[in-house]
Amino acid sequence: MFLIPDPVGRFFHRMASPPHFYALTEKLMPWLVGIFLILLACGLYGGLYLAPPDYQQGDSYRIIYIHVPSAWMSLFIYIVMAVTGAIGLVWRIKLAEIVAISSASVGASFTFIALVTGSLWGKPMWGTWWVWDARLTSELVLLFLYLGVIGLYNAIDDKRTASKAVAILALVGVVNIPIIHYSVEWWSTLHQGPTVTKMDKPSIHVTMLVPLLLMAVAFKFYYVIAMLQRARLELLQRERTANWVKKLLTEPTP
Amino acid sequence: MSLQEFFAMGGYAFYVWTAYGICFVVLLANIILPIIQRKRLLRHLALKQKRHNL
Repeated sequence: MFLIPDPVGRFFHRMASPPHFYALTEKLMPWLVGIFLILLACGLYGGLYLAPPDYQQGDSYRIIYIHVPSAWMSLFIYIVMAVTGAIGLVWRIKLAEIVAISSASVGASFTFIALVTGSLWGKPMWGTWWVWDARLTSELVLLFLYLGVIGLYNAIDDKRTASKAVAILALVGVVNIPIIHYSVEWWSTLHQGPTVTKMDKPSIHVTMLVPLLLMAVAFKFYYVIAMLQRARLELLQRERTANWVKKLLTEPTP
Repeated sequence: MSLQEFFAMGGYAFYVWTAYGICFVVLLANIILPIIQRKRLLRHLALKQKRHNL
């Protein structure tokens, strides 16, 4: 390997060192949680109280404020997982492997929430809990991909090897991401088309849109919090015999 | 809007509140569980180190 002479390289090298990461995430956590809670409170107040009922769907549409951000997160986190997995695969950076696997459980949770809330919205609006159409089926495949990644990681005892296997699985599964995104345009489906990403002619009123965007940003912060908590656990498990962990144990920690 | 009206969600109370409830429980579990597991691991490792030093 080559040396890292430049300050930028040194910065990343230091950031990726486990003890530094462990200490830094502890310091950042209260700030992240604070911002998340403020965004969440504003988003929920705007979405559940201030926004008017939909002229067709009544109050049932309010599920949008968790359904749509969850669905966005399910795709976003998968891409993060695949990219960090690839970085871990190529450069063998331990922290990238840990971020990849720590993202999997959060991503699986958001996929599950998107599916369940969609179902709870579909029942009163479409008259059915579930249809085997392109959007719903490809999102279900995404859940299985996440579960496959988690299962594969747990099945292999050596975690460096497990991370390699998981990264390859995650990269292969990336093909599903554009399928989910374009499914409502490529196939005729019960699922409604995009409302927000049509910037030229948005089909959603601003009083409904602002809370939705607030919730989307709140969920981004939530992902960082949950992923970091999982990563701290994963890091300790992997580094349990390292010197910095031994030092951590002798100091009284809150 | 009265509080009762708010919770009724125009007749969709069951669907809306079940969705929000499940979302809340799943997201909370994703934060709490790793923290509990990490605290448990730290206690376990500290105990092992103490025994080792004796």
